[in-house]
This record gives sequence, structure tokens and C-alpha cells, in this order.
Amino acid sequence: MTRPMTQPMTQGTTVAIDKIVPGWSAPNRERARWLLERYPQRRSALMPLLYLAQLEHGHLTDEAQRQVAELTGLTAAQVLAVSSFYTMYKRDHVGRYLISVCTSISCYLLGGDDVLEAVEIQAGAHDGETSPDGLFTVEHVECLGACGGAPAVQVNYEMIEGVRPEKARGLCDWLRTASPQVVFGDEMQALFGGQRSFDWGPSETEGAIAPVPAFGPYGSVGGSS
Amino acid sequence: MTDFPRILTRLMTEHPSDSHTMARYEDSGGYQALRHGLAMAPADVAAVIKASNIRGRGGAGFPTGVKWGFLAPATPRYLVINGDESEPGTFKDRQLLERDPHALIEGVILSAYALGCNHAFIYIRGEYPKPARRVQHAVDDAYAAGYLGGDILGSGFDVEVTVHLGAGAYICGEETAMLNSLEGLRGEPRIKPPFPAVQGLYAKPTIVNNVETIANVPWMVRNGGGAYAAIGPQGSSGTRLFSLSGHVNRPGNYEIVMGMTWGEFIEDLGGGVRNGRALKTWIPGGASAPWFVPDEHLHLPVTIDDTGKAGSMLGSGAVVVMDETTNVVAAAHRMVRFFAHESCGLCTPCREGCDWLERMLWRILNGHGRPYDLEMLLDVCDNISPGLRWPPAQTTICPLGPSAVQPVRSILTWFRDEVEAMIGAGRGVEGALVG
Repeated sequence: MTRPMTQPMTQGTTVAIDKIVPGWSAPNRERARWLLERYPQRRSALMPLLYLAQLEHGHLTDEAQRQVAELTGLTAAQVLAVSSFYTMYKRDHVGRYLISVCTSISCYLLGGDDVLEAVEIQAGAHDGETSPDGLFTVEHVECLGACGGAPAVQVNYEMIEGVRPEKARGLCDWLRTASPQVVFGDEMQALFGGQRSFDWGPSETEGAIAPVPAFGPYGSVGGSS
Repeated sequence: MTDFPRILTRLMTEHPSDSHTMARYEDSGGYQALRHGLAMAPADVAAVIKASNIRGRGGAGFPTGVKWGFLAPATPRYLVINGDESEPGTFKDRQLLERDPHALIEGVILSAYALGCNHAFIYIRGEYPKPARRVQHAVDDAYAAGYLGGDILGSGFDVEVTVHLGAGAYICGEETAMLNSLEGLRGEPRIKPPFPAVQGLYAKPTIVNNVETIANVPWMVRNGGGAYAAIGPQGSSGTRLFSLSGHVNRPGNYEIVMGMTWGEFIEDLGGGVRNGRALKTWIPGGASAPWFVPDEHLHLPVTIDDTGKAGSMLGSGAVVVMDETTNVVAAAHRMVRFFAHESCGLCTPCREGCDWLERMLWRILNGHGRPYDLEMLLDVCDNISPGLRWPPAQTTICPLGPSAVQPVRSILTWFRDEVEAMIGAGRGVEGALVG
């Protein structure tokens, strides 16, 4: 857990977290408490709490959204308004590995569509769908900010740059057979990537454990947390 | 041209293995500017940024010092750092966040001090978990070192930093949409005025600045605003990080002094077009910028004002190069599809218009174009951005809709023959099917 702020910003936060989300893991309940203190107003913690709920349940169930509403002092409708607005909140089941293929302009120019097709075939899921075995969800996405290393792919939001169709097929096979609990960007880049947007520098010890962005408070492993 | 300080990329170039760490940053003179700045009056620090003449690196190119001058006196006030980098073609902030997070954080503390803000937010797009992790660790280390929190270095100044992750919405890069997003709302832009500097986050005075803009602040405080203003041509002072991508031999981020020609930029920096092919067109400043073509624009200087005068913009510094084999209708469709997907849906001309533009281009691409499609494309564009002028007018709250117009306007300006030919060929196919 990251170092606490000098002063909790939300004064007098007495949200009965343990009562509202008794089913959440102890670390995630602690994270929820921490997040609720990060902002001058409680409702600002909505977005990170939705990620946390998604991490707990695999996707944003109606029940989880009602719980987040209670945590943030909002109505369920206000929460749904937000969860339905942002593409990274998934209200339907997501496979264990979410494969996002960039097909925006720079990736398009360098063959992103071919990479998407290769992933669809090898993962056994069309764009926007989940494979029958529940292992993969495939989606085409808009610009990932990896244009200098186009075409780019993310697995559970961990970046791989310079991916060719044959490497994309290899990536799907590897995920299926190696079945990693944690996906690391550096490892996948070394195995299946190519040209990068810039020198990534030293390799990272943190990776993603679920199709939720692996950012400290929401559940990465390795490093601090 | 080669003799200028690498303000943004020196540390990561000289120390690629640990430029992101506190130890390396401090070893290289990091957080000295903070000590220097905290010994000055806040207004004097703000004066340094004003004197630097830096123009915001997020896209609009508005002078940062002037923006800061609009900050209303009410308290509390907030500083929000825009790290929602999502403009197709742009990947510069990602490098800064991953490789030199402390430069940003030192800039945040100095800026917050100058502006009288005690809470700063760093909003990073959701698809950037690694940059967000790097920044969060750097924030933790800065707290541990006493650079963040209460009574920083005994100055009596307090500042808290919250790193906030977006969730996949380009529109949140628009500053008022970002504020809504931070408040736990849909990322829909607000009508301005009131501007954020008067009523921003939680209806309090708020300054929103781009990552790259603020990463320059420590250098400015160390070396003086005048030293920064002296770099590069007037009106485009300082160094700047450009993201180069597409059909070039050497894509990547380049820190340059503005003023070189587009020809030099693409040939000398980018190594020219791939596979010995000819240059067809390029986007000089992200997907929202009108396209440039070799005959008209290759000799122009890469500056904010020259690019503006020629009918486009440097925007977020994203240059996307397309070679002679590019199907410009397909490329324009791909960009319009982006805006159609990212439209927040608040304003009708953008919500409906972007979708229309996308579907019409798709129809043309697939051989079902109709003779009146060119006029209809322009008509839809005109309803989003009346007069099709530059800089664009808008019937919408924010500039996203008018951005979607630019690829369409670009192909109809520079490649009208190709579009017409595609429609003509398409009509033949349709006729054959009917006949």
C-alpha cells in the first residue's frame, strides 16, 4: 500500500466499508478505505472504486455497482451513468485475458487490422466477443499511445509494441499454454514485440493479474502494494 | 540547431537504466529547483513561467503564463495535470511519465506553490497503467523524502498529490471533461465560461496543464524564464517533444527546437519515408489537425504560428506520415471512426455528424459511393463546423466534433480526384449489380 497522505482529504469518512462490501478481500477493502480518503469529495473515488469492484467480481455486476454507489454516496443510476460511459468498465463477462488491438491511424497504416484478424482467429473470438472457453476477450481499440511502435497490442492493459500477425498468433498460443497468473509487459514485449515507441529502460517487476489496469491501488502484483 | 539543452530527455538519454528513480534524479540536480523556488515568493515563480513564453503542449498551444494569470483568488484552488494523452499519433507524455516522473512531480510542486494550490491531481489515461505506476512510485518517494505533504522542506507550504486513472475516454483530455471525470461524473465537457481558472474542480479555481508543459518547469526555475524564452524561434520558444509515426524509417519521440522545415523533420529526423516510397501527405499535429501535402507545405517551418497560418496546427506534436500507397479515404475513415467512437454524445452535431461521416466514408470505401456524397460530406461537416474555416468554428461545446471534420476536409481539399474516382468506380459496381 502506498504511503498515506499527510491529511486524509475527505474529512470524517465513516463509510462502513466492511458492512457494504463484506465479500471483498481484506486488501481490497483496505484499498477502498484508502481511495475514499484520496479526494476532497467522496464521489471522486467512484472511478477507482469501479476498477476495484471489477477486480473483485471479474466484471461490474449490478450488485457491485449498487455497492459502489453506497460507498460513494451516489445512487445506482449515477454509478451506471459513469460505468456505461467509459469503455474500460466492463459490465459483461470478460475473459481471463483481455486482448486489445489498436487499429487507429498509425497502427492501421502499419498493419493493425491484420494483427486484429490474426488475434481473432487464434483466440477464437471475434472483435468484441469472448472465446467459448472464457479465456480470451478480443477488442479493437482506439489509439493506445504506442504509435512509434505500431502496431500495438495490450494484454490486460500491459503494452506490447511492434506486433506482427505471426507474433500475435504466438502470443495467443502462449497465453493459452503458459497460462500466466500475471502478465508482464516486458516479458511479452521480449517474446512477441518488435519496434518500440521509445527505449523502455529497465524491466518492471509489476504486472497485471486481471483484465483491469494494474495500477497500485487497484491490484497489480510485484513492486509495492 | 543541434546546440540546445535537452530539457525533457537528457536524463533518460544519459541514464537509461534508472532515470525514473529518486536517487538518479537527485544525483542529477533534481529537486534543487524546488529548493530554489520555495525560497522565492510564489508570484516570482509564476513570473518565471510567464517570462518563459511557453505555450501549452497539450494541443491548444495557449500561453501557460497567461492561463495562470486567469486563476481566481478564491480558495481552495486546484492544479490538475493532464496525462490523458489519447490523440491518435501522440505518445510523448507516456515517455515522460515512464522515464522521468520526478521532473513532472518537481514541476507540479513548483507550479502548485506558484499558484497557491494545496492539492494537485495527475490524471493519467486508463490504458497507461505502467506510466501511472511509475508516477505513483515517484509520488510515494517524494512524500518519503519530504518533497510532498506538509511543510515542504520547512517552507510552510503543503501540497498533496493524487494520481487518478482514467477509463478509456479520449474526451477526458478536454479540460472540463477531465474535471467532470475527476468529480466522478461522465466525461462530458462543460460550457465555458466559466473557465476552469474561475470555476473548475468542485467549482473552485483550477488550472489544467499538460504533462510536458509542467515537466519543463524545474528547468525554467533553475535557469530563468528568459533562458527558456531564448531557445528557438519567437512564439515557439523552448524545446518540444514531437511524436513521429506512420510510414517513416525512424519513428519515435524527438525533442527538438522548433523552426526546422517539415522536409528536414521528416527526412533528417525521421529518416525519410519507408521503402524508398514517396511522401503523399502527413498530419502535422495529431488526428485533429488538417493534413499537409508535399507541394504546399514541405518547405514551411515547424513552428506553432507558421503551421497555424498554413491552415493546420502543431496540436499535441504528433506527426503521422503517409506514403504514396496510402488509400486516403481509408485513412480518413479510420480517423473519423475514432472521433465517432470517442464523441461523448452530448452535442447533437457531433454525436450524429461524426457517425454520418464515418458511415458515408465506409460506403464510399466499399464501392457504394453516390455522386452526391461529396456535397453531403461537406454539408455534414458544415453543420458541425460552420464555414469549414481554420481555426474551426463549432456548433458544439468542445472541439471534438470539429476535429472529426478535418480529415474529411483534408481529403476533399487535397485528394478530391481520388475520392471522386472511388465514387465513380463504385457506381459502376452498383450499376452492374442492379443491371
